[in-house]
Amino acid sequence: MTETLDKTEPKAPSHRDGDEPYLVVEDLTVQFPTYDGLVQAVTELSYTVKLGQTLGIVGESGSGKSVSSMAVLGLHDVKRSRMTGSIRVGGTEVIGANDQVMRRIRGNDVAMIFQDPLTSLHPFYTIGSQIVEAYRLHNDVSKKAAKLRAVEMLDRVGIPQPDRRVNDYPHQFSGGMRQRAMIAMSLVNNPQLLIADEPTTALDVTVQAQILDLIQDLQREYGSAVVMITHDLGVIAEIADEVLVMYAGRCVERGTTKHILTHPEMPYTWGLLGSIADVSGDPEKPLVPIPGTPPSLLNPPTGCAFHPRCPHRDKVEGNRCATDLPELRKGRFPDHLMRCHLDDAAAIFEAEVKEEVLR
Amino acid sequence: MFGYIIRRLISAFLVVTAISMMVFALFFLGPTNTADYLCNQNGHCTPEKLKNINESLGLDKPVIEQYGVWAKGLVHSRTISFGGANTYECSAPCLGISFITQTQITDELKKRYPVTLSIAIGGATLYLLIGVTTGVLSARRRGTFSDKALVGSTLLVSSIPYYLVAFLSWLYLVNQWGIFQNPTYTSIFDNPAAWASGLLLPWLVLGIYNSTAYARFSRGSMVEALSEDFVRTAVAKGVRTRTVTVKHALRAALVPVVTIFGLDFAGLLAGAIFTEYIFQLDGVGKWSLQAINQFDFPAIAATVVTAAAVVVIANLVVDILYSVLDPRVRLV
Repeated sequence: MTETLDKTEPKAPSHRDGDEPYLVVEDLTVQFPTYDGLVQAVTELSYTVKLGQTLGIVGESGSGKSVSSMAVLGLHDVKRSRMTGSIRVGGTEVIGANDQVMRRIRGNDVAMIFQDPLTSLHPFYTIGSQIVEAYRLHNDVSKKAAKLRAVEMLDRVGIPQPDRRVNDYPHQFSGGMRQRAMIAMSLVNNPQLLIADEPTTALDVTVQAQILDLIQDLQREYGSAVVMITHDLGVIAEIADEVLVMYAGRCVERGTTKHILTHPEMPYTWGLLGSIADVSGDPEKPLVPIPGTPPSLLNPPTGCAFHPRCPHRDKVEGNRCATDLPELRKGRFPDHLMRCHLDDAAAIFEAEVKEEVLR
Repeated sequence: MFGYIIRRLISAFLVVTAISMMVFALFFLGPTNTADYLCNQNGHCTPEKLKNINESLGLDKPVIEQYGVWAKGLVHSRTISFGGANTYECSAPCLGISFITQTQITDELKKRYPVTLSIAIGGATLYLLIGVTTGVLSARRRGTFSDKALVGSTLLVSSIPYYLVAFLSWLYLVNQWGIFQNPTYTSIFDNPAAWASGLLLPWLVLGIYNSTAYARFSRGSMVEALSEDFVRTAVAKGVRTRTVTVKHALRAALVPVVTIFGLDFAGLLAGAIFTEYIFQLDGVGKWSLQAINQFDFPAIAATVVTAAAVVVIANLVVDILYSVLDPRVRLV
């Protein structure tokens, strides 16, 4: 096992300037022109992730989580999307990069785990051959050596009898095993950045925990950066160092996991926290949803996109929530950013919301 | 898998048997009368002449008995007498003697099937290649001008009847401008070059006309495949675009195309009637048309039964191919 692993140990650091984090996203805007109009999927999003760190991106469906991360791998059809801003992976600019540059990054420097492992694996090829393909794209080795590597990776992610299961098709695997195989395929080239797009959503709860543990173990082992996309704050609490909350394609709050989960300063984050089901509480107690529905990205609301659903909008004078887009500004803690007009968000949280939200 | 094939073959046999019975029933219960037709062929029909014909062809016997004699001939040689000195030894499998040409049906089939098969193979290869290639290219350029132009032109071509296209291409390309010779059939084993050049025009007409349907069909299948999650996974792994298209997307898109192709090809083997008739090639299709016009019952029965057999076998082959292409499909 160690022999083959050694060959592909940490890649030479690329030409990054000084201490720039491994992944830098700056003012990323992604738009899709459609017949109905321009879909503003992501607007002026910025974040960074250092090696060894995990960033959690949370938000409802359609908030731009997946779109922004797929942009990192250049998975949007350039003919059908408009992208501006900058994404640097290990110092290499991704936006506008040609196919050759992108192919070197994809699967090698940056790997992605998708939400539904059944549809994300090719139904007509064996698990082994799909891992072999991923490995041989970036390593000049024989098929035989690559297959050994595939078996080793399956073993590493906890597939029993990997030398036999390597020849199975995806439909012969259970859901959890498929996601393990997907992870094995993503990690086969020891990527420095792993993007996990709701990797546990399609799995049952016990398997979810195993998969998260696996991702964390592997991250510790290889020291890679991880972007974890989820709408499950439980996952965030377990795995993320930093959290970025997205709403209607924009970052609405960002900070360390501890601060975001205990001292959030944006009413949308309060709503997210408040809507978590309390497993140990009264089973008769109704769940608390955020009122309303996520906004249309074709015609986002004016001002703060969250204002139509925000229970605190009347506390801001002059109806500014409906007219002015709040700036992303510093919150109570260093490294804490929030996008809200409320001057005393922290105080309101302590006084009115905390009780209900953090049970 | 083996048991599956055996079971399918048994059911195929039953289907073909049922169809042969239906052909007999339809022919003899219908308003046609072979004896009358033959009697009026050479001059005046007398009651004696009619009786003679009926007796010599066995048409005066009950239909069930005639079917029995016909079916027995498939496994056992039989002697067929046309009255007088015209007696034929018809060896098994015997499908009878043509009422009109008084030749063995099996010999006629042996002579004509290679023609039909040659037309079908060339035409089908062309339309599969042209259709799938343009379909894939069009799917990759979905929404662009060239894609829209392709979809539009395929609709235009499909809306013209095939026989008109075939006839006009014969009229202009052969008759008026002389770009092509009149199509001829030479056995591929005698002279492959003459085989190909003699059939080139029918192949092109058949291939290009039918490729439009395949282009649209594989385009649709391919557009769907390209939006699959596993195609995105392949891109995310760093697979180059061409490999993504062929190895990942086309592989998945091909399965429904293969199904349609198998049945289409069987239809061609049953006789490319328009193609054979317009280009005057002596295949099964042209022959069956002739047989129907002349009430030549043994020939009609033979063409219908062989066509049924070909379609049933093609279905089986498609199902087996399906399980080869898609590992999720298991034949049990």
